[in-house]
This record gives sequence, structure tokens and C-alpha cells, in this order.
Amino acid sequence: MMRSSLLRDSLIAIAVFAVLALLPFVVQGKGFTDFMVRLAAFGIFATSLNLLVGYAGMESFGHGLFFGLGCYSFGLIMQTFPVSIPVAFLATVALSIVVGTVVGAICVRLNEIYFAFVTLAFQMLLHSLIIAWTPITGGDQGLTGGIPRPPFLGIRLDDYYHLYLFSTGLLVASLLAMYHIVQSPFGYTLRMIRDNAARAPFLGINVFRVRLMAYVIAGAFGAIGGMIMSLFVSGAFPDFAYWTISGEAIFMIMLGGITVFLGPMVGAVMLLLLNDFVTKMTSHYGLVLGIVILLFALGLRKGLMDFAADLWRDRQTASGPRPDTAAKAVTSAPARAGE
Amino acid sequence: MLKIEGLSKSFGGVAATNDVSLHFPKGSLTAVIGPNGAGKTTFFNLITGAFKPDRGRILLDGDDIAGLSPPEIVRRGIGRAFQIARIFPTLTVRQAVLGAVHAHRNQHRIIAKRFPMSGSGDRAEQVIALAGLTAKADTLSRNLSHGDQKLLDIALALVLEPRVLLLDEPTAGMGPEERWAMIDTVHRMWELERMTLIFIEHDMSIVFKIAQSVRVLSYGRVLAEGTPDEIRRHPEVIKAYLGDEFEASQA
Repeated sequence: MMRSSLLRDSLIAIAVFAVLALLPFVVQGKGFTDFMVRLAAFGIFATSLNLLVGYAGMESFGHGLFFGLGCYSFGLIMQTFPVSIPVAFLATVALSIVVGTVVGAICVRLNEIYFAFVTLAFQMLLHSLIIAWTPITGGDQGLTGGIPRPPFLGIRLDDYYHLYLFSTGLLVASLLAMYHIVQSPFGYTLRMIRDNAARAPFLGINVFRVRLMAYVIAGAFGAIGGMIMSLFVSGAFPDFAYWTISGEAIFMIMLGGITVFLGPMVGAVMLLLLNDFVTKMTSHYGLVLGIVILLFALGLRKGLMDFAADLWRDRQTASGPRPDTAAKAVTSAPARAGE
Repeated sequence: MLKIEGLSKSFGGVAATNDVSLHFPKGSLTAVIGPNGAGKTTFFNLITGAFKPDRGRILLDGDDIAGLSPPEIVRRGIGRAFQIARIFPTLTVRQAVLGAVHAHRNQHRIIAKRFPMSGSGDRAEQVIALAGLTAKADTLSRNLSHGDQKLLDIALALVLEPRVLLLDEPTAGMGPEERWAMIDTVHRMWELERMTLIFIEHDMSIVFKIAQSVRVLSYGRVLAEGTPDEIRRHPEVIKAYLGDEFEASQA
């Protein structure tokens, strides 16, 4: 197999973006671009959650903290200050890093269920703050009145094709960056901590620091997802900081899978499509979604891409001409979030 | 080299380690023995920072390391392998050893580069070869045999170029043949890496064959220390630990 390098991955990313840029000329209609902008927001968000869940073994239930933070921070900055979109964007990323560091310093010392619930508590704290602080956040009405979109670098986000390019560009760039991170020495340190957090300190690894870094990085990307959402709806609503938004990201990685890098992306496509089709057909959206998730949880017992990866690995084994090469195919294949 | 002075640790009312003072000279090969519950593993846990001692000093080349965290102690040069192999199940042998090399070189938090960093491969292959795992380098750690998992655990500790290496029952759970292969490997590592090696062992034939000196713990205290020959004849040791069975086997 060709060794993965940043150069090769960047070329692939550019090619993918080129195809995405041309797609609206093939698939006509605003429905498609709208779908893709939402997919960009949720795809980045779910993939960033999987940095924690799949790679670091940190099951956060409160990742929506950063989605909501990204939405509101970006929206408020654009409404309040006469700054350009990139400035508000960077300021929001910076804010999410600060918040991630403070919240992470408290949470990442905790394990499993305690980590899950304290992250959730911090998310609900943000939600309560948004609801209560009406003069600033608009309370349960949300941030209304639209978000100004001054053109920058020839990009006019009022134009839906421009917004589409901007969002999918951010999606591709974020996925490239996150893929690079999981292939870095840091990414492998995350896997080691996920596999055996008790052993890692005896190799000289400061587990707290590494987990905190992972939490902050995932939070920053989660905020980018939130910012795209804020541009899409031209506002920000308390629901974007509610626990259900974390739940959606968890559903996405459950549906798509956690062992393959693009699993959460696949899960995001599945959940958004389900959402769009099912809500058109029935008002019992929750019921249908619940059944689908149960089918995956009880039937496949893994996400779609996990299932595909296992299937592919088994086929490799079955078609191996000699037992020793077959054994090698099994053993060299990546396991949980391997390659 | 490694000098323990008055080390004590209690859990509730039980003194797991009670005023232990021991000296391990540079480059020595020492066995720590003692009946179940003698405090051997606790002793290792105190040295490596897994537990904080209640009292006492742990001097590594004169520096007191008592109370430091495990990563800090590792970076001072004390490596450790575990009674039940503690490995990284989803990583291959090579990935795990490479990960340890990065950790040792403090490159494990680097984000800008790809794994593995250039220059880490040679060291990893060297350690994998030393552990005799070259043929299994691409095997997932969880698919290794029990013995190979223990070798990998030791290999991970060796990556850190420890001045002192602590092995907690390197032959635990192995068949007789596997045991001797393991001990040969450990002995070869000790000769090649010129480190101070301390190991806990229950198999007396192994202890008496390879250890230069033996320390006996019982109820958290040092019961005896000396060469294998001295320990073999030590009346207290025979009574407390080796018992009638051993005397019978020597007859």
C-alpha cells in the first residue's frame, strides 16, 4: 500500500473539492447546496467528536458545547463588531480553544461515565446561559435579525453558491487537517491512551496533557461546524447548544462507524438524509430514527463503515492463497480507527 | 545506583511495605522473591510512582524520586514491565514500539509531522529484534501469544533505555519451555543494555540460576538479602517462604 503522506492527501483533497465545486452545475436546485452546507457543518462536527470517541477513547456527551459556542460566538461577533468574516472566524476558534482548555482541564481527568456526564453538564451550562442572558443572546428566541456577511476576498456569502463553496471548502480542509492529526505521532499517542491509559504513563506519556490537547483540538473543529451552521441559518438558536445536538453527533458516529476516519461523514450523510426523508413522510420522526439506530446497534453492532471495513478484511483473508499471507492480511489490518 | 531508604506504604491498617531499605548496585541483576502478599508488586509500584510512599526515600543516582509521577520517573530512567502484560491491543508490534520511541524522544505530541518520524524506525527495529519479535512486527498486539505479549511489554520498557528495569514476574503464566526462553531473552537484554535489572520471580530454579543476588520480602519487610547460595541456606527464608516442599526437593 502506498504510504500516506500530507502531499498525497492534499492532492486528493484538492481533487475532491474540485468535484464538489462542479457538482451544483450537475445537480441543480437549492435543495442540494443546502443539504451540502448542512452536511459540512455536521460532518466536521461529527468527525471532530470521533477524534475523541474513536481515536482517544474519550466518550464525550457534551460535544455540542462547541457547536453552540461556535454558532453564538460567530453570530454575536458579526452582529456586534464591524469585522470581516475571517476575523470573526479566527476569534471564534480562539474562544473555543480558551473554553476548551478551561472545561477540558476539569473534564479530562475523569474517566468514562464521569467524563461523559461532566462534559454534558458544561454543555447544559452554556444552554442555560443562552436562555437566561436574553439581552445578549436573544434567549429562547435565538439570535435573530440575520448575520451580516460582508464580502471578503471576492467571496460573497449572501450568494448560495459562494456559501456552498465556502462550506464545502472548510469541510474538505477540516477533514484533511483532522486526518493529518490522526496520522501524526500525536494521533498514535491518542490510540495508545485509548488502548491502555494505565500503561501510557510508564512510557513517559503525560495522559492528562495529551487528552487535554485532544479535547481542545476537537472543540475547535466542533466550533467550525457551528459557525457554518450559523451562516446557513443566518442566526443562532438555543437548540444548537442543547444536548440533542451532541446526541445527533453521537448517532452519526454510531451509524457511520468509529474505526474508519470517514465513518462519521458517512453517518452524517445517513442521518441528514433520514431526517429529510422521514420528516417529509411522517411526523413520527423520532420513532423511525430510533428503529434505525436500534437496527444498527443490535443488528450490525457497529457502524456502516466499521462493518464494511471488517467485511473487506475478511474477504482479504478468505482470498489469501497461502495461510501465512492470509494471516498477515488479518494481522496487519488496522483495528479500531487504525489507519 | 538505586537506593531505597526506609520506604513505607500502608493501605488502611495494612503495612504493604514496611521500612524497606535496599541497595541495588549499578548493572546488577537482582531477584525479588517472597510469598504471595509479601509486598513485591507494591514495592515496584512505589519505585515507579504508581503509588506515593508514606515515608522513605528512593534515590536514583543520589536524586530522591519518591513522590514523582510515573512519567517523570520514567524520564529519569526507571522502566517497568507488568505481571500481566500491559500492551496496546489494536496497535501492531511495530506501531506500539514506534509509539514508545516517540514518547521516549518526547515527540509523542507532535502534530505537524506524520507517524512515524524519520529516525525512529531503526531504534524500533533494534528493540523488536532484541525481544525476538521481528517476525511478528506486523501482528496486532492482541493477536500475540501470551509469551509474546510479555516480551512486547518488556520491549516497550526497553525502548526507554532504562538505567533500571523492573520486571514483575516475566515468566508468569508460561509453560516450562517458554519460561527458559523468556529468561534467556531477559538475560541477553541485561547483558547487551548494561542496565540494572530487578525482577520478581516465583520460580526458584530461575531465581537461583540467573540472579546475582536475591532480596526476600515477607509481610512488607526485608527478610533477607544475599547471593542465591546464601538465600538457599538462610533458615528464616526456608521457614517463611520456601518451606518444607523446597527442603524436600533439595533432598
